[in-house]
Amino acid sequence: MAGNLPERRSPDQRLDPDELLARMRREEARAQRGRLKIFFGAAPGVGKSYAMLEAARKLKAEHVDVVVGYVELHGREETEKLLDGLEVLPPQRLEHRGVVLTEFDVDAALKRHPRVVCVDELAHSNHLGARHPKRWMDVEELLVAGIDVYTTVNVQHIESLNDVVAQITGVQVRETVPDRVFDAADEVELVDLPPDELIQRLREGRVYASEKTGQALISFFRKGNLIALRELALRTTADRVDAALRAYREDHAIAETWAAGERVLVCIGPDPLSERLVRAARRLATALHAGWIAVYVETPALARLPRAARDRVLTTLKLAETLGAETANLAGESVATELLAYARRRNVNKIIIGKPSRSRWHDRLRPSLVDEIARRSGAIDVYVISGEAGEQAEQSPHTPRRTSPWSAYARSVAVVAAITLLCELLYSHIELTNLVMLYLLGTVYVAARIGRGPSALSAILSVVLFDFLFVPPIYSFAVSDAQYLITFGVMLVTGFVISHFAARGKRQAAVARARERRTNELYALSRELAQSRNVDELGRIVIRHILADIDGDAAVLLPDAEGHLLDPTRFCTRGAATPNPTRYPVPGNDLGIAQWAYDHRQKAGRNTDTLASADALYLPLNALKRCIGVIGLRPKDLAQLEVPEQMQLIESFVTQAAVAMERVQLAETAQVADVEIESEKMRNALLSSISHDFRTPLASIIGAASTLLDDSGSAIEPPQRKTLLRTVLDEANRLHRLVGNLLDLTRLTAGKLALKRQWVPLEEIVGAVLHRLHDALAGRKVTVDLPADLPLLHADEVMIEQLLFNLVDNAQKYTPAGSPIEIAAAVQRGELTVSVRDHGPGLPAGEEDRMFDKFQRGQMEAAQSGFGLGLSIAKAIVEAHGGEIRARNYSADQGGGAEFRFSLPLATEPPP
Amino acid sequence: MSAAGPRATVLVIEDDPQITRFLATALDAHGYALHVAADGRDGLREAALRQPDIVIVDLGLPDMSGLDVIARLREWYTRPILVLSARSREADKVGALDIGADDYLTKPFGIGELLARLRVAERHRAKNETGEADARIDAGDLVIDLAAHRVQRDGADVHLTPIEYRLLAALARYRGKVLTHRQLLTEVWGAAHVESPHYLRIYLRALRHKIEADPAQPKHLLTEVGVGYRFADD
Repeated sequence: MAGNLPERRSPDQRLDPDELLARMRREEARAQRGRLKIFFGAAPGVGKSYAMLEAARKLKAEHVDVVVGYVELHGREETEKLLDGLEVLPPQRLEHRGVVLTEFDVDAALKRHPRVVCVDELAHSNHLGARHPKRWMDVEELLVAGIDVYTTVNVQHIESLNDVVAQITGVQVRETVPDRVFDAADEVELVDLPPDELIQRLREGRVYASEKTGQALISFFRKGNLIALRELALRTTADRVDAALRAYREDHAIAETWAAGERVLVCIGPDPLSERLVRAARRLATALHAGWIAVYVETPALARLPRAARDRVLTTLKLAETLGAETANLAGESVATELLAYARRRNVNKIIIGKPSRSRWHDRLRPSLVDEIARRSGAIDVYVISGEAGEQAEQSPHTPRRTSPWSAYARSVAVVAAITLLCELLYSHIELTNLVMLYLLGTVYVAARIGRGPSALSAILSVVLFDFLFVPPIYSFAVSDAQYLITFGVMLVTGFVISHFAARGKRQAAVARARERRTNELYALSRELAQSRNVDELGRIVIRHILADIDGDAAVLLPDAEGHLLDPTRFCTRGAATPNPTRYPVPGNDLGIAQWAYDHRQKAGRNTDTLASADALYLPLNALKRCIGVIGLRPKDLAQLEVPEQMQLIESFVTQAAVAMERVQLAETAQVADVEIESEKMRNALLSSISHDFRTPLASIIGAASTLLDDSGSAIEPPQRKTLLRTVLDEANRLHRLVGNLLDLTRLTAGKLALKRQWVPLEEIVGAVLHRLHDALAGRKVTVDLPADLPLLHADEVMIEQLLFNLVDNAQKYTPAGSPIEIAAAVQRGELTVSVRDHGPGLPAGEEDRMFDKFQRGQMEAAQSGFGLGLSIAKAIVEAHGGEIRARNYSADQGGGAEFRFSLPLATEPPP
Repeated sequence: MSAAGPRATVLVIEDDPQITRFLATALDAHGYALHVAADGRDGLREAALRQPDIVIVDLGLPDMSGLDVIARLREWYTRPILVLSARSREADKVGALDIGADDYLTKPFGIGELLARLRVAERHRAKNETGEADARIDAGDLVIDLAAHRVQRDGADVHLTPIEYRLLAALARYRGKVLTHRQLLTEVWGAAHVESPHYLRIYLRALRHKIEADPAQPKHLLTEVGVGYRFADD
């Protein structure tokens, strides 16, 4: 995706995000994209432009619509002749400080819109005032517009080969083409000319018309150079052919295992050598068709580097990204340890490191990084690239001098002076050897409190002062007793060792503190994340943690069902989350950027490769299986996003949040599945028992009705006739109830039931139930005890009526006729509790709470059919309202009987 | 139905032959003249042809929705319409009542229930056609004097607020008939309040406490759950 976009590094090169987004969309439908053909050569003058124009003429002869966009003629007559008969676009004229310059006119080419445009010198840098700073960006635009482009490139213009060429020729070329542009070309044609012939052409003035220019460049065109450049060009072309072959194999699914997982890791530091390392790694990785990673290990020492040095690291990392690397920032005490651990984790099999030029004794005293890695790398190959003489000689990239400020040295001098004063006072009272101890004490103090350098200084000063002031002969550096030389030696060495360990201790403490802080923050986050069961809530938590570290705004953008990100419901500012219930529109084109981040599961926006001109950074919430959404982060100070540890921490936050969110979503899915299994089981139980429940009343009805119909001789007496008819009616009513219950249950367990909540007084529902059961309750004493001040219920009226009906109906069906029934309600702790009590035989002991799922246990063959069904419905209704239902028995001395009691949460807000 | 008067004609628009058979037998036995239509189109034609005193419409018809039949009928037909519907379709019942049906019966129903509804419907038809309104409604222990705006329970005056009175009067005027929440709200509060049904419930509760002996087991102001209220006609 980003591979075909123009680089956007400096602000003046940035494009309007609108245009970029549109461009990206167009790219997604690659079909209309133009094809890029590069005529590739080892050096100027090999005949690239000539070959290009010849190809154009051939196309012209085939009646293809081809025009020449721009050609650098350099006064070459042969080339100029080829232009005859070809349509040439007039160049764009730019005036700069009174000088008129000509450039390729992109707009004219776009307007003309031919099939093919020839544009010379892809690496050319445009003059100020042109649309893009680089010609390859112009070409990119043509390709996007669906125009095929023929162009020319010299080997020295390829970004990753740039430094190699500089080494060969001694000339640093400023105009470069990013490798990805070259790699993305649809066709590369090598224009080859043996070096001798090129030199011949040069001498004849066929390359540069002006004699002077030719002479000036003669050093560049040395035969040795040309041979090397030619080899480089041939190799690059061969690599491309190889890559094309590989792509072909992959496209055509030719099964062949490649050296799987070749991965190159390059370790960079804050020194200029690193840039060369990166280029070398890119070359190696390309040759191996391997992925590569650029890694920067930040030790506490490196963390103290001046800003300029840190910036250089960032630049190098960005260069690596531009060249196609994955980059990583690691932090740790030891570069070698961290690097190797990371390499093993990522299955890296080749490590590239730089070898700084150092003196031999230094290497002896302290093993270099190279040695350490080489010793511990095991199966991983280590490639060492050496630094050039003169460049970066004084310091190893990973052991920069930890300079203490002058005040620290002054303080260490003061400490030594104080000790000297003390020794002066005690000189006559104690042994000389004990004075040594006092000096050592001073060195320990300085090492522990001030630093390594000052402590070393204090060790040296101590030895010098001790010798000068206290060792006879006094006030002289001369030593009378040679034994003191041992004292000096031990003093000095002890002082150095102490200062080294003390400083290292301090450093380790600093690393430990930083690590502890990070661990603590991550721990705090994970603890909070674990407590939430809601994606929105998780988003708020991670945002709060991010904003604790970065001053600015942040928001979580979640997708809708079709995967389109929605504006966040809130944008949080540090400190207080703005509890704004309306959607907070993401400014400008940012929603598009966020969508890109979501779709590609890659970060986008500020400080990334994609749409870096945005004010915000968009981090995808990548979980294991999918992308949950995107976190948008808009810091007040954009530089905050450039601190590696900071970003690493934030990305860890985001990853944790993503995993937590996925967990919640998966749990929800699992719950849905559970519910489905449950209702499936229930449905099966229903079906198996329906035969029993339905056939019993049907048998009675059919029996009674057929008896009556058969009675041709009027043998049945009127009272018996009436009894039979009563049976038919009763059984039909029983069937009716059963059907009603089944329908209710089906609706309730389908899980899609929407409650039609209304504000309704309980009293009214009780009244309706008692009215419906009026006949069935005849002859019973029904007591209703409702407090006068019961609040309105916010519930589905029809369902609550059904619930209460089922309970009262059960109470009258399963208790002796005439026994009383009591209905009561009370409000407790924000809940409305309603109880229905009978004075019958009570529920089977120990089964009280199983009454509600009796049905599922398949005990439908019991005489009391339909019993479990009514209670299952009651339970489903209560649960749909967020309440609960229990059953219990009263003991004999409490009057016996059973009680069903349900409670419903009361609405916290009053009716409107 | 009084044997003296002419037999009232009933049109049943119902597609189930078992139900029409049972209705034919039962209604004939109770002195009604019955016409049957098996679908909506046929029903509308029959209604125009026969000019029945009461129409009974089943909501589930094969060719068109019972609600459409009611709407088409109500373009010209002013006499009572009774709806038959399956249980747990409260929304259908409310819809039917709101577009002009007078009452409903839930399937399955007993013949006693049907006859009671027919009696109520007939009484309202008679009153509509003679143009006379009740001046006084006598419902057991409760007496509502619509002319004098006075309500008495067990001979004692009951003090009602104006809204409570309007509510009671509306229900009593159509006694025996279900009035939907919407109809009552429109009647008592005006069309602007139809979306606030809890007003109605609160006033009804207050009203019950004033005129019912046991508000939790009302005798006069009955709740038709999910549909509306009915003033008991006994």
